[in-house]
Amino acid sequence: MAIPDWLLRRRGKNAESRDAALWTKCPVCGEVLYRRDLSANYDVCPKCGHHFRMNAYDRINMLIDGDFTEIGDEILPGDPLGWVDKKTYPVKLAGDREKSGISEGVVCGIGSIDGFEIALGVMDFHFRGGTMGTVVGERVTLLLEEARKRHLPCIIFTASGGARMEEGMYALMQMAKTTAAVTRLKEDGNFFATVLTDPTTGGVSASFAFEADVILAEPKAMIGFAGRRVIEQTIRQKLPDQFQTAEFLLEHGQIDMVVDRHDLKTTLVRLLQYTQ
Amino acid sequence: MNGGNVIVERERGLLEVERRIADLRSANINQRVDFSAEIAALEKKYETLQRELFGSLTPWEKVHMARHPSRPTSLDFIAQFDRFDELHGDREFRDDPAVVAGFALLSGRAVMAMGQQRGRDTKENLRRNFGMVTPEGYRKVRRLAHTASRLGLPIVTFIDTKGADPGIASEEHAQSEAIASCLYEFTQAGVPIVATIIGEGGSGGALALGIADHVIMLEHSVYSVASPEGCAAILWGDASKAEEAASRLKLTSADLQQFGIIDEIVGEPLGGAHRDPGAVIATVLGSVSAAVERFARSSPQELREARYRKYRRIGAWQTERQEDVGLPIR
Repeated sequence: MAIPDWLLRRRGKNAESRDAALWTKCPVCGEVLYRRDLSANYDVCPKCGHHFRMNAYDRINMLIDGDFTEIGDEILPGDPLGWVDKKTYPVKLAGDREKSGISEGVVCGIGSIDGFEIALGVMDFHFRGGTMGTVVGERVTLLLEEARKRHLPCIIFTASGGARMEEGMYALMQMAKTTAAVTRLKEDGNFFATVLTDPTTGGVSASFAFEADVILAEPKAMIGFAGRRVIEQTIRQKLPDQFQTAEFLLEHGQIDMVVDRHDLKTTLVRLLQYTQ
Repeated sequence: MNGGNVIVERERGLLEVERRIADLRSANINQRVDFSAEIAALEKKYETLQRELFGSLTPWEKVHMARHPSRPTSLDFIAQFDRFDELHGDREFRDDPAVVAGFALLSGRAVMAMGQQRGRDTKENLRRNFGMVTPEGYRKVRRLAHTASRLGLPIVTFIDTKGADPGIASEEHAQSEAIASCLYEFTQAGVPIVATIIGEGGSGGALALGIADHVIMLEHSVYSVASPEGCAAILWGDASKAEEAASRLKLTSADLQQFGIIDEIVGEPLGGAHRDPGAVIATVLGSVSAAVERFARSSPQELREARYRKYRRIGAWQTERQEDVGLPIR
């Protein structure tokens, strides 16, 4: 995939080196895959169709035509609780930045998708499990407010293990904050869509993820409120494999469509055409 | 089910002294022998013991206080309103007894009262699912919050839950959407909302009734992003480290007032709210009523605007440590 200018600026000299690990194994079918082939296929296993968890910038690059102007990228996490367990919270965050190549669990900004200007937010599971702390809450809120101000449709890709424990109640309150911003956006008649990717749970699924006008999901994505382990411990039995998958949610009337990653861009554009 | 509650265990020692005082008192009356000195000594011992046991509680002890089987529940508070007429059902599927709601009169003003309701004994706990609300319960909350907003009735909530119900049926019936829609309704309601955390406030399942213009917390109640057991399981894969999680989560009323996440603390008698429930409930209802009257002076638009600003502020920008690490302040 060609790397656009905004992304080159963002990644600096690391732009190419992320592909350095040459081979990777599909966790579902076991096929050994050449990393470049995998990213050329939008991180979908060419053999079995397994959707790998995507890096936020790769996702944006896949969707956005030209330039992407970030919102809230200067907002970085603090340590409001002074959290320490095996490591301090700031040390954990440094590790997440290193591992994910992004500064927090969501990247937000304005860009065009097939000519439609949109406000786009993309969460990334590789940063602290995509958990929502104050930075994720603030960036998402800024995005929703900017969309409202500029009368733009807003699309958010979710990937989250829920609220971020290390920020305690500050994290939980981001559910209230983002919801308040969604309320205003929708009152003003803006179109709001979410795309739920693997996994979307807890504080994110129980706030803005399920407050959208249209909710899409990627195939086999795990989506729910309570985590699978919590439910299994509560009911003391194993859950069926299909439980809490995107397909399960579609069947139970909780989402609008399950869309293969290759068809996501065209599907989003078709939806945007109805709302202009 | 309430076995292992550290507060209940401590109370056993006190109970023994209480019994001896009562025995001496009745002997004093019946036998015309003067035990006053002994009684006074025992009473003094009782007081010292009580202060030792309950004078200062750790976060983990507060978690147990919040879960104490005799702690007043939502219905105990609602029963002290001037009037209450419970309303039922989500209009879609069923009525969830883990949350109660209905019209009520508080100091002569009509309001909509609601709260998660745990059982006061094992049998009631089974019926009420230990106060863990299912999607149907949240849809009842959303429906009646909407009704209240439409009719101009202030909403008064009581929060007391470990968290939302984590069951198969709840996932099938869209627990996430049910909670999200409560949050949505509460941010939008054009009437005063006053919430009180009376016991345990756990996770999104608690927050679903918690977006409010004024948030009160009983001194020894707790409010956290996840239950300490849940937090320990999520972070360390070991629910038995709950005590450590409780001390890290900053879930006490004093912490949360300092963070600006709650607005008011109502004190409890030594030993907890259940030692004198009548007085505690009266104080809480006084505070709730005062807050309702204060916000009732605002228009629906002003209320929504002020609530937006209140929640908009919570987060990174208001923590002191943000400045320490040199982050931009707006």
